[in-house]
Amino acid sequence: MNAMRKRLGAALAVLVALGLAAGAAMAAEGGKPPAQTWSFDGLFGTYDRAAAQRGFLVYNTVCAACHSLSLVAYRNLDGIGFKDDAIKAIAAAKEVPDGPNDQGEMFNRPGRPADRFARPFANDNAARAANNGALPPDLSLITKARKGGADYIHALMVGYKEPPTGVQMMEGMQYNAYFPGNQIAMAPPLTEGQVEYADGTKATVAQMAHDVATFLTWAAEPEMEERKRMGVKVLLFLIVLTAMLYALKRQIWTDVH
Amino acid sequence: MAAKSYSNPIVKWIEYRLPIFSFLDHELNEYPTPRNLNYWWNFGSLAGIILVIMIATGIVLAMSYMPHVNYAFESVERIMRDVNYGWLLRYIHSNGGSAFFIVVYIHLFRGMYYGSYKAPRELLWIIGVVILLAMMATAFMGYVLPWGQMSFWAATVITNLFSAVPLVGESIVTWLWGGFSVDNPTLNRFYSLHYLLPFVIFALVFVHLWALHVHKSNNPTGVDIKGPQDTIPFHPYYTIKDTFGLGAFMIVFMFFVFFAPNFFGEPDNYIKANPLVTPAHIVPEWYFLPYYAILRAITFDIWFIPAKLIGVAAMFGSILILLFLPWLDRSKVRSATFRPIYKQVFWVFVVDCIILGWVGANTPDADFHGVKMLWIGQAATFYYFFHIVILIPLISVLETPRALPDSISQAVTPGGKS
Ligand code: HEC
Ligand code: HEM
Repeated sequence: MNAMRKRLGAALAVLVALGLAAGAAMAAEGGKPPAQTWSFDGLFGTYDRAAAQRGFLVYNTVCAACHSLSLVAYRNLDGIGFKDDAIKAIAAAKEVPDGPNDQGEMFNRPGRPADRFARPFANDNAARAANNGALPPDLSLITKARKGGADYIHALMVGYKEPPTGVQMMEGMQYNAYFPGNQIAMAPPLTEGQVEYADGTKATVAQMAHDVATFLTWAAEPEMEERKRMGVKVLLFLIVLTAMLYALKRQIWTDVH
Repeated sequence: MAAKSYSNPIVKWIEYRLPIFSFLDHELNEYPTPRNLNYWWNFGSLAGIILVIMIATGIVLAMSYMPHVNYAFESVERIMRDVNYGWLLRYIHSNGGSAFFIVVYIHLFRGMYYGSYKAPRELLWIIGVVILLAMMATAFMGYVLPWGQMSFWAATVITNLFSAVPLVGESIVTWLWGGFSVDNPTLNRFYSLHYLLPFVIFALVFVHLWALHVHKSNNPTGVDIKGPQDTIPFHPYYTIKDTFGLGAFMIVFMFFVFFAPNFFGEPDNYIKANPLVTPAHIVPEWYFLPYYAILRAITFDIWFIPAKLIGVAAMFGSILILLFLPWLDRSKVRSATFRPIYKQVFWVFVVDCIILGWVGANTPDADFHGVKMLWIGQAATFYYFFHIVILIPLISVLETPRALPDSISQAVTPGGKS
């Protein structure tokens, strides 16, 4: 039994070593995004409401021109602390297609809280046509759909650089240190002071990148706060229960050992 | 089954017509179990509980899931966002798949270490291998359901393997797909089978337990039960031990569900399936990586047999060969504890399987300190079969086992050695 445990330890050590090696091999694909500190990190992490609301502003005024957020509804914005009136106003500022009406015609109407975020383009082809043939992906799940999550979004926003000498850029492409292959069809979306934050925060590129990444993480995992809150309770319960079960097991087995 | 008398008139009435109470009492309560089972024996009951968890969460997920290429991805997101506690159900189900395989793989290696496949438990072992195959089919088809990029491309790659079958391969693939590519008919039939197979597994588990209860559990000494001094009743001893094990397992499982729910997943599966865009790396779920490495290790034709066919045969063969283990291992001694040489190579084999998994996660032309991943995969694949086909039979006849204890009770009571 003891020998078995020792060998299991050795097997695990090999596993860990291999894992580290695989990590090193993967880094070649595009710069590894530097780890940022996020309000939603860790077992007790929550979304910084102010950052997420600023991030919404960045998305709404900048990214929404090209990127849809089709899995999120305006009503969901209460999850990052927007009040009902604010949500109504945000939705009403958008045009959403509806219909057919009793004349049989499709029409546009102002958005309502129950609507999903309005899409910037009618379809993918229209999106490509407006973007030199490149498709701006829907951002609803983007932090779950990329290795590095929020760190990657942040890095991508601040990662635009002059191409290193000798790198041949393709027509209409930008050099980005963190995009796989380094050539991205999205022009640098953020410039200093592009949005005006109501809370007086200075809209640097890094600040906007941080805020929009917070917002997009919320958009991808709106259940995270509830999940972690419940998780802490469940784990505490299980740990106490299991400790008691262990004591009971010891007790029941005393006459066998 | 000795007739037991019950005082409750309803129980009595039922018992007379269907002796279910004495059956349960016999199989779960007084059922004699070796007194020396260690914690490696917890994983069987854990696997059974996970199966129940998977069926329970799956049935509820199915109430909101839509198996259609246009809605599947969105319906899963609806479960995540709009269905009450849908995220919890889905994360339990998707992490449960991984937990199931971890537990079953440990269960299986336990069997290999302690020789649990040997007479008279050959059928028990074989049913276990069949359960593993059914689990793999279930998990593979389940992974296709959320209709992400990895769902689609894994389905495409795996179903395409059947095209390696000579002459009729292409027809088989078209037949599996229900068309000329992975598409709506494929998704529909996978859903149907994904719903069906867990119940088949349930039935197989029942037969597995039936066979188990005929000759009872093996134990760490591998020595047969000789008499009542070697056993203790299943209840309360193993019910409490299994319940404690379940608690410990749940702590780990729930940690992943609540705090790292996508740890075992691929980011690409949060991108909706797109037949026009091939992901940079198509990788299966982690529990299939060793087989994937074996599949890709075969890059050479042998005579007229194309490499692809050999690769597919090697991949399926790597599991099917386990069916013959009871006859490949000729040693009468079950437990590796008393087999000094087998014990060593057993752990080499475990490491080999882990290496295969690691190779499966990397592209074949990736480079590990100057060594091509493909070569590591080929060496590890060779060793996998070498272990089972050559080393096991050879060691089983050449090795001199250590002296066995006379009985379980002699081995575990203070007078005897353990
Ligand atoms: C002018 C249109 C436009 C705007 C505005 C824009 N993007 Fe993009 N974005 C694109 C295009 C086009 C692509 C596809 C790039 C490619 O595939 O090369 C893209 C790709 C992306 C990607 C995916 C990168 C990857 O890993 O595949 C992310 C993330 C992203 N944009 C985030 C944002 C954010 C956040 C904003 C707002 C701050 C924003 N974008 C603003 C056009 C835009
Ligand atoms: C042997 C037991 C089972 C295993 C191993 C298994 C495995 C899986 C896996 C790996 C997935 C993909 C998870 C993801 O990434 O989202 C999945 C999805 C799914 N399964 Fe199962 N499953 C089992 C039983 C069942 C049962 C019994 C049902 C229904 C009655 C079911 C219904 C579903 C549904 C509806 C989905 C799609 C929703 C989703 O992706 O979360 N499963 N299953």
